[in-house]
Amino acid sequence: MAAIVQQDLTSSGRFRLMARQDMRATPTMASQVQAADWRAAGNDYVLVGRVSSPAAGMFDVDCDLINTATGQPVGSQRFIASSASLRNAAHQVSDFVYQKILGVRGAFATRIAYIAVQGQAPSQHFQLIVADADGYNPRVILESDRPIMSPNWSPDGRWIAYVSFENRLAAIYVQELATGQRRLVSARAGVNDAPAFSPDGTQLALTLSGSGGNLDVWLLNLQTQQLRRLTDDPAVDTEPTWSPDGQSIYFTSDRAGGPQIYKLDVANPSRVQRITFDSSYDARPQVSPDGKRIAFITLDGGNYRIAVQDLASGTVTVLSHGHLDQSPSFAPNGATIIYAGRDGDVDTLQTVSVDGLVTQRLNSNEGDVREPAWGPFQH
Amino acid sequence: MHKSVLVWIAVLGTALAAAGCSSHKPRPNAGGAANSTVPSDQSQTAGAQNPNAESEAEQAAVRNGTGAGVQGPTAPNLQQRTIYFDFDSSEIKPEYNDLVAAHARYLVANPNVRVRLEGNTDERGSREYNIGLGERRAQAVRQALMLQGVSDSQITVVSYGEERPAVTGHNEAAWSKNRRVDIVYLN
Repeated sequence: MAAIVQQDLTSSGRFRLMARQDMRATPTMASQVQAADWRAAGNDYVLVGRVSSPAAGMFDVDCDLINTATGQPVGSQRFIASSASLRNAAHQVSDFVYQKILGVRGAFATRIAYIAVQGQAPSQHFQLIVADADGYNPRVILESDRPIMSPNWSPDGRWIAYVSFENRLAAIYVQELATGQRRLVSARAGVNDAPAFSPDGTQLALTLSGSGGNLDVWLLNLQTQQLRRLTDDPAVDTEPTWSPDGQSIYFTSDRAGGPQIYKLDVANPSRVQRITFDSSYDARPQVSPDGKRIAFITLDGGNYRIAVQDLASGTVTVLSHGHLDQSPSFAPNGATIIYAGRDGDVDTLQTVSVDGLVTQRLNSNEGDVREPAWGPFQH
Repeated sequence: MHKSVLVWIAVLGTALAAAGCSSHKPRPNAGGAANSTVPSDQSQTAGAQNPNAESEAEQAAVRNGTGAGVQGPTAPNLQQRTIYFDFDSSEIKPEYNDLVAAHARYLVANPNVRVRLEGNTDERGSREYNIGLGERRAQAVRQALMLQGVSDSQITVVSYGEERPAVTGHNEAAWSKNRRVDIVYLN
């Protein structure tokens, strides 16, 4: 468990951890910690913990975080975990440390969804996978010999919407993770793409084109099945994403010639405002959980990269450094963005801190991996 | 500003070491109840004993555009089934006018024949936006066919964006072969 916590905290880029072989003492309880010694060795905090097994398959996790300046615990965490959820327990410990020290909720005990592709064109095999946020415990929830795209989490984390070409034409499904049951939500003539659950989970924004092929953003009420048009122009309008207050939808449109990001007012969708101006190509917006910035793909000197724009100031910061980076998705605490990048010939998942300072590549042995979607907090 | 954190968690009980501390990644759970596997060809029924049922399903797939492709017309001038496009363009280049006209003539002469026009892009840029570009290309071919008398009911359009490349590669040689519309005969 210590190794998992160590990996989590190190990967956040906000902590420096002492290597185990450098530890001169191995306390397991707060009362055993000689705070001054640890402080002298350069540690601001010490995390100590114990895992015991009161019954078969059950584990009692108990840890304390000690401030070496005062010698006092700043917090304790105690809970029961089953053997199946020990990795998750370790991630919860990481979340506890992260929040205590940084004052921001940790997102280590969350999940991601993504598409894995094996084989070469034109014979490829596609899998929609849900895994822990660190890439461990991947679980295939859909497989197909035809493309799967656009995974999108419901706000309660129980459902994933996606696009499947299993019938050779595009269709949008929502699938319940616990049961594998799925429901077809749109197989209209033409394009069915880019599903996005509303923050209250009752609606799906999506892209439809009809048989005439003109892509526009629509809103589908998941209860009543009523459809409401949000954009109505000859340009490609797609990739809707919600502001966290549910009042606005940001989307990609090439109504100005090339793709740019726009914002519409859900209650009054004819009120549209252009948001991006930094480049000739800006697409695929995602709004941060606090609603203050968007992540998107921008064309940066011939390279497709991930950028964030502060919505109040308009300041744009390019965060990634690849040639073909895409599909950005915020962690639910807004501190990290996961995206798909190309590494040589292989598509990989990478994360970058929202200030651009820390990047990580997720290990994967599943072939090309793409279109990551970061799931919500789980409790 | 980095904070230094010492992490030490004592492990009591050997069961823990076996349960979750291995460093390799577990294999995906592909067989559980929560997994859906999509059959690879939904245009064919499993009931091969009933030729009428199979024929009805196939006919439906032809009508609604989901059918598997067939060989289609055998005339030499109808064997070229792919139209290629310039970057960021959905304009049919003049060099493809004869090809489009040949397919249009065949479809006008055979009003029961149906095609699926599959629009594609190269791999650059956003995947969902590329669905839009692929759709534009396929619609351009549809419009050209309809202008030459082909009935709307004979055409189904689909965009695969960058998801179904014809050629693997990350340079213009590959990209130029992926910016395309494929004409797929359904019957």
